[in-house]
Amino acid sequence: LGHGSGGQLSAALVTGVLLPALGTAAPSGPLEDAAVVPVAGVDIVVSTDAFVVSPLFFPGGDIGRLAVHGTVNDLAMRAATPVALALAYVVEEGFPLADLRRVAASAGDAARAAGVAVVSGDTKVVGRGAADGLYLVSTGIGQRLPGAAPSAAAVEPGDAVLLSGPIGRHGTAILSVREGLGFDSDITSDTRPLHRLVAAMIAAGGAGVHALRDPTRGGLASALNEIAAASGVPVEIDESKLPVPPPVAAACEILGLDPAHVANEGCLVAFVAPQQAEAVLAAMRGLPEGADAVRIGTVAGGGGEPGRVTVRTAVGSRRVLDMLVGEQLPRIC
Amino acid sequence: MVDEDWSITVRGTVQGVGYRPFVYRVAKELGVRGWVRNTGGDVLLRAVGPVGALRALTTALRGQAPALADVRELTVAATPAGQQPPSAFVVLDSGPPPAPGPGGSGGLGCLPPDIATCEDCLRELFDPGDRRYRYPFITCTNCGPRATIVDALPYDRARTAMAGFALCGACAAEYADPADRRFHAETVACADCGPRLSWSTDGRGGEAALAAAVATIAGGGIVAVKGLGGYQLVCDALATEVVDRLRERKHRARKPFAVMVADLAAARVLARLTPADEDLLTGTARPVVLVPARPGNGLAGGVHPGTAQLGLFLPTTALHHLLLRAVGGPVVATSGNRADEPIVTDDADAAARLTGVADGLLGHDRPIRARYDDSVARTVAGAPTLVRRARGYAPQPLDLPVPARSTIVAVGAQLKHTFTLASGRGALVGPHGGSLDDADALAAFTDSLTALCRLHDLVPRVVAHDLHPGYLSTRYAARWTVSERMPVQHHHAHVVSCAAEHGLDGPFLGVAYDGLGLGDDGTLWGGELLLATYTGYRRLARFGRAPLPGGAAAVRRPARMALGYLAGGEFPVDALTAPFVDRLDPAEVAVVRRMVARGVNCPVASSAGRLFDAVSSLLGICDHAGYEGEAAVMLESAAATCGTAASALPWRIATADGLWIYDWSPTVSAVLGATGRVPVADLAAAFHRTIVEVTVELCVRAAERTKVARVCLSGGCLANQILAAGLTGALADAGLVAYLNHAVPAGDGGISYGQAAVAAARQAGEE
Ligand SMILES: [Fe+3]
Ligand SMILES: [Mg+2]
Ligand SMILES: [Zn+2]
Ligand SMILES: [Zn+2]
Repeated sequence: LGHGSGGQLSAALVTGVLLPALGTAAPSGPLEDAAVVPVAGVDIVVSTDAFVVSPLFFPGGDIGRLAVHGTVNDLAMRAATPVALALAYVVEEGFPLADLRRVAASAGDAARAAGVAVVSGDTKVVGRGAADGLYLVSTGIGQRLPGAAPSAAAVEPGDAVLLSGPIGRHGTAILSVREGLGFDSDITSDTRPLHRLVAAMIAAGGAGVHALRDPTRGGLASALNEIAAASGVPVEIDESKLPVPPPVAAACEILGLDPAHVANEGCLVAFVAPQQAEAVLAAMRGLPEGADAVRIGTVAGGGGEPGRVTVRTAVGSRRVLDMLVGEQLPRIC
Repeated sequence: MVDEDWSITVRGTVQGVGYRPFVYRVAKELGVRGWVRNTGGDVLLRAVGPVGALRALTTALRGQAPALADVRELTVAATPAGQQPPSAFVVLDSGPPPAPGPGGSGGLGCLPPDIATCEDCLRELFDPGDRRYRYPFITCTNCGPRATIVDALPYDRARTAMAGFALCGACAAEYADPADRRFHAETVACADCGPRLSWSTDGRGGEAALAAAVATIAGGGIVAVKGLGGYQLVCDALATEVVDRLRERKHRARKPFAVMVADLAAARVLARLTPADEDLLTGTARPVVLVPARPGNGLAGGVHPGTAQLGLFLPTTALHHLLLRAVGGPVVATSGNRADEPIVTDDADAAARLTGVADGLLGHDRPIRARYDDSVARTVAGAPTLVRRARGYAPQPLDLPVPARSTIVAVGAQLKHTFTLASGRGALVGPHGGSLDDADALAAFTDSLTALCRLHDLVPRVVAHDLHPGYLSTRYAARWTVSERMPVQHHHAHVVSCAAEHGLDGPFLGVAYDGLGLGDDGTLWGGELLLATYTGYRRLARFGRAPLPGGAAAVRRPARMALGYLAGGEFPVDALTAPFVDRLDPAEVAVVRRMVARGVNCPVASSAGRLFDAVSSLLGICDHAGYEGEAAVMLESAAATCGTAASALPWRIATADGLWIYDWSPTVSAVLGATGRVPVADLAAAFHRTIVEVTVELCVRAAERTKVARVCLSGGCLANQILAAGLTGALADAGLVAYLNHAVPAGDGGISYGQAAVAAARQAGEE
């Protein structure tokens, strides 16, 4: 199995193996960050996520914060206010208790700061070697914000593509500290909750907010490709508008990575109807987590290839921005 | 004696090459009655006469065909009874294309490539007494645009970009006169009725437009000239300042520019030419020919920085002849595009994209129907060899060793992209299309494929593609709804492209020396010896592996590749690396070492091309590649300046997993040890010699084991002339027979042809 780095292979695993196994119990429609479940006439939003990060502690966060923010953000991407979280810990025998305390405290802090209660949990201790230290699974329940139903399939030609902040921080920070590359003094993870940002965006843009996604694994490129494919539209991004912090750009250059393929944990990309785009952008900039929000592109009209994401480069040519396919093998001959 | 009545079908490249006028003349001479006409992509005859005359006619149809024709198939049948007996021999208007076969299995080979201005037209062009004196669109049956102006087949004026230009009386008379060189020349035109020049900035036309362009070039400006298959950017090749400005505006840092000169005499001033080079330069295809520049030839330094190799070509159209004579000196003539974009063909597009690059556009009112960039060729051991196959060559079909049972589309690789359509014995290799990373190049590929399928009435049933899941060609193949998909390993496709060109049958040894291609084991390959057939292969030997720190970043930066060999290669290097490493930025060295140690974005490759890159950097020749392959090009250039015959550096063959492995560590150690003491040129030449010796050793061992003595050499590294010539000579000395690519590039431009040959053979084998 080489399906770990996000992007096309994990998508293949889901659509090729996991969903078919569910048969008629499988969800319909495009793959989203969270599901909307009508319960007694109320739209409840549900999401679950497993966290397996190495190292467990990294600049700007740890696995506990990540487990809370990840699920809060997945709910937020369906325009939901998080109501409650459940957290399960899978702990390898011999894992330092002090570290477990640290993670638990951090998760608690993150939940309190996000204003969401942790209402249920579970702990399993497995034998040595059966897990790599500590895994977390978080499940969240949220309530739909009134007046919004963003979906990856709801994007329309002419939509503005908005990005809430700089990209590439989380993935490079994690990689740097895990492999001892030395960039982590300059780069910290961007992990943070985005539900307040989404609430402000919905308040400003309402149903004009067509799609929201947090570009985690597979980075911005995967998020854009998934949405372009689900909506069957061409997306054009302006390279000069992409906010890449200089230390991230320098690290990516030397590591041979495209910042657009690097994971994020604290930003979102939004597809917004042109009429609402300015108002939504202004609302985003009014919050700290959206202070650097920027319009990065447009959903092209008739001309482009449906489902294709292109980047207008600094020299004016258009580059195809693809999803990652497994490891990033060079395409140069 | 009773006359016989035959119906004859001639297939191949027989339209747009003066074939019907030729048939007319022969039939007249032989006293044969009947008619000739174009139909679909074929030429159809009805011939009535004594059997002896008819036999002589069919012999002539093949044997005396015009030079530009390529007769691939000739079928004779008795004409069904009941038709009017003809009283003379006539050229008829084209009939409709024959009804498509089941599933649309139209023929190939009906669309000729563009042909450079012929000697007769050139004489008329500069003859003040001729009615086409200085007419930039002068052509005849023997020359002019073909593939770049066709809308549909059969090839007739009404179905070309000439349709909008109604013939004047004088031109119509020539067109109808069997004795005239322009009898049925579909591109015939003159100043009264044909296309006209225009100058973008003020709408000036004709001679005034030409004069404006000439003045701009003479004044140190850049002009976009509308050529046959796309716009070209033209400027004075002797003026440093404008050449540098062109590089800046075109966003092309270092890759050499092609230079056009007025004639052979001017070419000889700039470069040392062999007779074979001169044949290539003056041939009807007029490719850019890579030749050794004469030192101190006066060309601006920015024309071909870092290499002694110069791309030279002669005027391809009357417009180019007029322009070059007026300018008087050599001009840079490079593809009209920015960076990696496809060459611009559309007038509106040219205005939008080239306005910031060129100071003026010299255009005309004949549209370009298909994109054909300039071809690039060179002579290797006296034989013409294509480096980029486009204008003048494509879409002339090549033979397939095993005929395709159903229509195949082979989608090629990623860079230097081409695709191939195969049907029956024919393989139609599309024109060079650049890198598919560029969205416009990707669109141009799919458009061109669609257009050629439509033109030839082909519906692909099988799609052949590379193993690399990230190539945009592979991604494109995955979206085709066809009955069958055939993945073909990159280097298998490379060596098959060579074997197929030579029509070899049975197993052969394949040496694939390349940059990178995905192997069947998930690692990157590129220094491979295969025992191959058209359907499959077994790997016999490979180059030692090394990590690519940062993947593609290591390809762009040979210094980093060299660090990969030193820090994490398959074989340890026990030589003093300090002089090399100390030259680099310590921070980069530290991170790269760490990446290698931890395997962070460090795919491993058994690549020959990467070893050339690394050695180029170790020798201090090139640490950072300004364009794909620059480090190897500069290493070759350095080796070419070595006066004496080089002897090889040390090398070793190891064995693992049943494979012979070239252990490069003694070679690399020797390079490191000798740097600073031995001249760089000598070391560069010695390295080339080493690769030749290693290859011969591997091939000799393989031949002993497999009893196969034929070696097909392919892959991007074979663009290296020292390597290509050295290998063929040394393999022959060792009693083996070596083959090189000639008709398709050894690099990735030849991949699609190899894929098509593999797919066709597998198809046949399955039935
Ligand atoms: Fe290749
Ligand atoms: Mg998630
Ligand atoms: Zn002519
Ligand atoms: Zn005329």
